[in-house]
Amino acid sequence: MANTISSLKFSGTKEQEAELKKVIAEYKDQKGALMPIMQHAQEIYGYLPIEVQTMIAEGLDIPLEEVYGVATFYAQFALNPKGRYKISVCLGTACYVKGSGEVYERLQTILGIKGGECTPDGKFSLEACRCVGACGLAPVMMINDEVYGRLNPDDVEDILNRYNDK
Amino acid sequence: MVNIKINGMPYTVPEGISILDAAKQNGIDIPTLCYLRDINEIGACRICVVEVKGARSLVAACVYPVNEGMEIITNSEKIHESRKMTLELILSNHEKSCLFCVRSGSCELQKLAQEYGLDDPMAWAGEQNRYEIDESAVHMWRNNNKCILCRRCSAVCAKTQAVGVIGANNRGFKTHIGQAFELDLAEVPCVSCGQCITVCPVGAIGEKDDGPKVTAAIRDPEKFVCVQTAPSVRATLGEEFGLPVGTNVEGKMAAALRRLGFDKVFDTDFGADLTIMEEANELVERVKNGGKLPMITSCSPGWINFCEMYYPDMLENLSSCKSPQQMFGGILKTYYAEKAGIDPKKIVSVSVMPCTAKKYEIGRADQSAAGVPDLDISITTRELARMIRRAGIDFANLPEEKFDSPLGIGSGAGHIFGATGGVMEAALRTAAEWITGQPGAPLEFHEVRGTEGVKEASYKLGDLEVKVAVTSGLVNARKVLDAVKNGEKDYTFIEVMACPGGCVNGGGQPYQPASVRNFTDLKALRAKALYDEDAGMELRRSHENPAIKKLYEEFLEKPGSHVAHKVLHTTYKPRKRYDIKEK
Repeated sequence: MANTISSLKFSGTKEQEAELKKVIAEYKDQKGALMPIMQHAQEIYGYLPIEVQTMIAEGLDIPLEEVYGVATFYAQFALNPKGRYKISVCLGTACYVKGSGEVYERLQTILGIKGGECTPDGKFSLEACRCVGACGLAPVMMINDEVYGRLNPDDVEDILNRYNDK
Repeated sequence: MVNIKINGMPYTVPEGISILDAAKQNGIDIPTLCYLRDINEIGACRICVVEVKGARSLVAACVYPVNEGMEIITNSEKIHESRKMTLELILSNHEKSCLFCVRSGSCELQKLAQEYGLDDPMAWAGEQNRYEIDESAVHMWRNNNKCILCRRCSAVCAKTQAVGVIGANNRGFKTHIGQAFELDLAEVPCVSCGQCITVCPVGAIGEKDDGPKVTAAIRDPEKFVCVQTAPSVRATLGEEFGLPVGTNVEGKMAAALRRLGFDKVFDTDFGADLTIMEEANELVERVKNGGKLPMITSCSPGWINFCEMYYPDMLENLSSCKSPQQMFGGILKTYYAEKAGIDPKKIVSVSVMPCTAKKYEIGRADQSAAGVPDLDISITTRELARMIRRAGIDFANLPEEKFDSPLGIGSGAGHIFGATGGVMEAALRTAAEWITGQPGAPLEFHEVRGTEGVKEASYKLGDLEVKVAVTSGLVNARKVLDAVKNGEKDYTFIEVMACPGGCVNGGGQPYQPASVRNFTDLKALRAKALYDEDAGMELRRSHENPAIKKLYEEFLEKPGSHVAHKVLHTTYKPRKRYDIKEK
């Protein structure tokens, strides 16, 4: 299995590290400290790359695998940063029966990333979501706040190209 | 005590024990799968379910405590159907290549499937997970396609060994045992102890089988193949052939090895005695000359891996002695090769070990006394048993034979190396005589015996007070090391063995199912075989071993000599915990 370390270079700052260390110190001696620390860490960094999870593991003196196990158990934790353009494809029932699964697959092929990942240039991130409340337009995806409906997998490339100049 | 009923029969049992234990005490077996006493008590697999009068649903007997008046049913139709369905569901996502599985015959899942009369291989057929087999580590592989997610491996890794490099990742159908960030096992700080292998109920984890390499060497007429067997292997090999736990099979083992075709059948006990010569000398030197104390033993390669990755600041405390296996290998290819007139390049040096970390150790740097590796192939007790079966040797009916001379001569002190406290006691037997300068110093040091995780004692040897600690299981080693680092404890000499109970309970030892492990102290029974043999021996001090004496006269001069350092000692380096390869 290929490892899940983010292909984006970690760019954490000294300030972020100091903030995380403060959080760890605050929770360290409490039972069940791991989850709140991970939540704060995600607020600080936006995601939980190996560098951040290592800081948490070392801070709590627990194995890195224990942190990673929790990070992958809960959908709220991300191993990859969000891109400047965050693509969410609805895989809810209505969209799915209208073929959003194929749209999702096409996006993965074009971008060369899997769901939950971010392109190495930090431009696009891709994730699945459940119902954006536009079932009438199924299948639907969103790029940041923009909604794209009645999609065909062949439309996807053109839509992505609209974000070329920005 | 509380009064309960099981299957209508009244019993009085201690309050608060589990239903599983209450039933066992009264001759009723309840099947289990994920449960491992003190290590994995999570009530997750639902195989041990029983009916409790008044309870909403079936309860997990392994974790459910008894109380006054409780009425329990362990064998109703409802229970049978529930267990059967659980087994079917587990098997629906299990690679059913049982015919080719290394655990066929010793698989706990297979045994249950037979007991519960599973008859439909397609029950609950649907999507199955497919995982790559992780073969990155030198000592073992992991195959998630056979994993039943009982978590016994990750529990022993985290709780017993304080290593925690494997655990459950992801959730739901995608849950799998893996390493952080799905790294390969070789990229994470696994210490190679192999405890995960011995607790796995199925064929999801196993040692790399080097038996075929040994067979190929034996069949090569150009090679001179010598084998050494670790102290603890004689205390466990019999289990593979149906003998009771704790049966000493030294004589039959030597006979089996000879029939497998090894040119020489030697004993690591000789290497253990040699280790004591060098280690006791090193200890005395450090004490006299103000060297780094406490000195810590270096026989256990799992422990060495742990120290290099987790306690690099304590590497100076480690004895510079190679392990008995490596010392033996070094002597085999230098002193013995010259004496026997054999080119060391033609010698294949094989060891049978209770240990998977030995497979890592043989590849370490600075372990080639004769310019070729001291050790070529290291196999575990389990691999040897497989070789014996494959060769059609009727183990139980073999005659008792002896090891070959001279590297087959070992003392009682060498024997007890296989149990926690044994290296310490062996060292004390020799150090006591050396320090006091008088023969007849104490021979038995009972305070350091027994299977507790941490043992302490203080001995007066002449004018010198020697404070010792003995620890096994890395979670216990951590406690002792931290206490030393914090200045809470002050010891002269510490023995550390990576596996709980020492080598007798090593990661390469025979499988025993949880149904045995949960109710038997394997460590104590196996260790007893070694201590009993030691007690009946004339030769009980390493420095009195005539073969060792001769070795020093003819080759090594004296412990700690220049040539001894060249052949028998080594160095350690801090190691990166996460050694991640570029993608």
